Amino acid sequence: MKEKEPLNSLLIKLFSEQRLAVLGTQSRSGPYGNLVAFAATDDLKYLLFATTRATRKFENLTEIPKVSLLIDNRSNREVDFHEAVAVTATGTAKEVLGSERDSFQDILLSKHPYLSGFVTAPTCALLKIEVDTYYIVREFQHVVELHIKL
Amino acid sequence: MTVIIPIQKVGRSDRSAVGGKAFALSQLLTKGMDVPKSVCITTEAYNRYISTTGLRERILLELSRKQLDQMRWEEMWDASLRIRNMFLRTPIPRNLGDTISSAVGGCFGGQAVVVRSSAPEEDSAKTSFAGLHESYLNLSGLDRVLTHIRLVWASLWSDAALLYRTELGLDVEKSTMAVLVQEIVIGDRSGVIFGLNPNHSEQAVLESVYGLNAGLVDGAVEPDRWIFERKSGRILDHYEPPRKQWLVPSSSGTSLEALPNKLRRKPPLDDTECTRLYRMAMKLESYLGSPQDVEWTLRDGVLYLLQSRPITTAPSEAAEDKRPWYLSLRRSLDNLKSLHLKIEKQLLPKMLEEAVRLRERNMAGLSDDELADEIALRKKTYDHWVDVYWKEFIPFAHGMRLFGQVYNDALKPDDPFEFMDLLRSANLASIQRNKLLVQIAQKLHGSPELIDCLKRGDLSLNPEFEAMLNAFIEQLGIGRRPAEGAVVSGYDKNAIIPLLLELASSPEDRMHSDGKDPEILNSRFLACFDGDKKQMAQDLLDLGRASYRLRDDDNIYLGRIEMEMSIAVSEGIKRIEKRGTKADIVSAPEDVIEVLKNPAYIPQPGSSEEKAETGRTVKARQLLGQPAGPGIARGAARVILKQSDLFEFKRGETLVCDALDPNMTFVVPLSAGIVERRGGMLIHGAIIAREYGIPCVTGVAEAASLIQTGQTVTVDGYLGIVTIE
Repeated sequence: MKEKEPLNSLLIKLFSEQRLAVLGTQSRSGPYGNLVAFAATDDLKYLLFATTRATRKFENLTEIPKVSLLIDNRSNREVDFHEAVAVTATGTAKEVLGSERDSFQDILLSKHPYLSGFVTAPTCALLKIEVDTYYIVREFQHVVELHIKL
Repeated sequence: MTVIIPIQKVGRSDRSAVGGKAFALSQLLTKGMDVPKSVCITTEAYNRYISTTGLRERILLELSRKQLDQMRWEEMWDASLRIRNMFLRTPIPRNLGDTISSAVGGCFGGQAVVVRSSAPEEDSAKTSFAGLHESYLNLSGLDRVLTHIRLVWASLWSDAALLYRTELGLDVEKSTMAVLVQEIVIGDRSGVIFGLNPNHSEQAVLESVYGLNAGLVDGAVEPDRWIFERKSGRILDHYEPPRKQWLVPSSSGTSLEALPNKLRRKPPLDDTECTRLYRMAMKLESYLGSPQDVEWTLRDGVLYLLQSRPITTAPSEAAEDKRPWYLSLRRSLDNLKSLHLKIEKQLLPKMLEEAVRLRERNMAGLSDDELADEIALRKKTYDHWVDVYWKEFIPFAHGMRLFGQVYNDALKPDDPFEFMDLLRSANLASIQRNKLLVQIAQKLHGSPELIDCLKRGDLSLNPEFEAMLNAFIEQLGIGRRPAEGAVVSGYDKNAIIPLLLELASSPEDRMHSDGKDPEILNSRFLACFDGDKKQMAQDLLDLGRASYRLRDDDNIYLGRIEMEMSIAVSEGIKRIEKRGTKADIVSAPEDVIEVLKNPAYIPQPGSSEEKAETGRTVKARQLLGQPAGPGIARGAARVILKQSDLFEFKRGETLVCDALDPNMTFVVPLSAGIVERRGGMLIHGAIIAREYGIPCVTGVAEAASLIQTGQTVTVDGYLGIVTIE
């Protein structure tokens, strides 16, 4: 519990600096990974991204909503092994509908304003991952868990 | 870097920040020449604007939708319109806007100004092309000035600039734009002087009009033209046009008015003034180090230099460079109005008359020699009309674009192609033909007996139905001009039966009615204009509608002429076959003529145009194109590679083709979605998709080879994405 506050700040900083994350989904035929533009809510309870409904990732998470999202700050240099931070969030993905849509959409678009045409298209779904746990990896092997949903 | 530099403070190191045009004027100012009071909005302002608003990445996303060298020119126009709309709909952030407003307000007070582009890449000695970027005249009020600064910024990505991107050094990641805000000098006479005639190195050229210079630069007012001997300044020639109009300031900018009678008879400049301008051009050449193309205006005897740029030879004078032709398509409303009259009143009736005249000639009674002459005549007639098609009909298609830009400027719609909904009420020939098809299908729907007769090929008991069917087939036959990559060359009655039966299973007329109401759009559009501008807006709308309708109808009219040529060629081939000659390599009209006249002639077999097998094993999953018809559809693909593919079309399939031409339109009412390789928002496929409300994606590279018939595809017409399952 002691580490929770500094971890929150670390996550907020990392999430504001990084634009893309790796979404992990699964289907009966196997796992699947994608890069997605993401944003986080201030309370870190939700991670947001958008996709069109015809994609494989949308099909997968509709079938099995349990997903992961990997966010990291690697620079593709040797120093990454001690400097880089990688965070894997696990949780449940749900399409954002109704009254929530506007506020969550604003969060995503304020970070990615160039995606406004994409996100507001009728064929595009806005997804929220209700985070269960953050797995935070630093200094190569130092791993801590931050449980959001208790 | 600073956002504002007054022109008198521009230093040598500011060139890239203020752009070529502003830099040249600042140099002339230091030489004591008369230059309008000006303020430079530096490239830093542009960079801050696109970075803080997210526009930088949106522009990059738009321009990376497809590689620029793979884009058709129409697609560049579409991309450019989308980008322009982004600028129109994205206000300048408050801090930046305040800085610009305070500089402009401080320098000009409430005075009207001119907002000019001043791109760092433009106007350098290597690259100087007039007219690639925009300038706006007589703007009053800070809001209007700020809006037009955004439009000048947007013109960095104009279709013309994209077309000349290599010569301009246009770099989608790095290019930027400075803006020059100038006091408007309302000259009584204006013009352009070229210190060196681009077409003759021993001469200089002066052009002049009454009123504002933009009348000349935009091509709306024909100028008087003087040719000088460059060495001596002696006037060699003076061309006097009929002087009819001049461009004058008006409440909403500028307005083209009739020139007062007393001015019509008199050239705008006398010989002394011409010589003064010639000397000024030579002086500028020595100051700036190379011959200049100078825009100037005379007010109360004072000669003001509006802008000066180096003259370079044309970017490419090669005959195969068609870009100058493309740029010539940008025409004024007046020019397009007269072109419309010419097309509707002269050219189309003449084409029809020609087709009827050709049809009346009975070829059975002609000798082989006479038939050969007849084919030659028809070929010549057809070639003539193809030439007219490129010279007159294609430029008229620009009417839609002109209207679209004015519509977007007035209404700043979310969808930059919303204006197409307002043009939709037009009565397209191919839609009319489809209505006939629906009537045929409706007759079949109510009558199993008739279906049975149709299947047996015996319609003798149903003469009315047979006449309808023949009329439809004849209409299909008359539209045989193949578009780029078309697969259709003719039809027979039996081939169309399966398609008729498919339609008969549910023969509703699918015309789209749930789009935006054209009447509401019409009122909203016209409400944006006051006074005489309202009439201009109405004229523009009428022109846009005519342009939209004729965009396809002209193909059908040309098809009638082509059909008459084909009939004569077919008669020739029949006779060659009767002689016992193997005619399968004789198909081109020239060969048929030669063989008819000289039975010993053996044509050379032509080379196969089939594409080489690439051996690719790529399986496409998601393809990107242009969102040409809003909506989403999922269904099996029907890839049209040959004519018979069309007739196998089943309801609910997605039409996938290289290029949808007007002769393939009859399957559209059956289709769930349309995917086309040829790109563009204003092409036939996109127009028809909008008419029927069918999701459509155009400009999908290799669509017809990457998608296979039977694969399930999702057509996302909102985002321009095709997903293959």
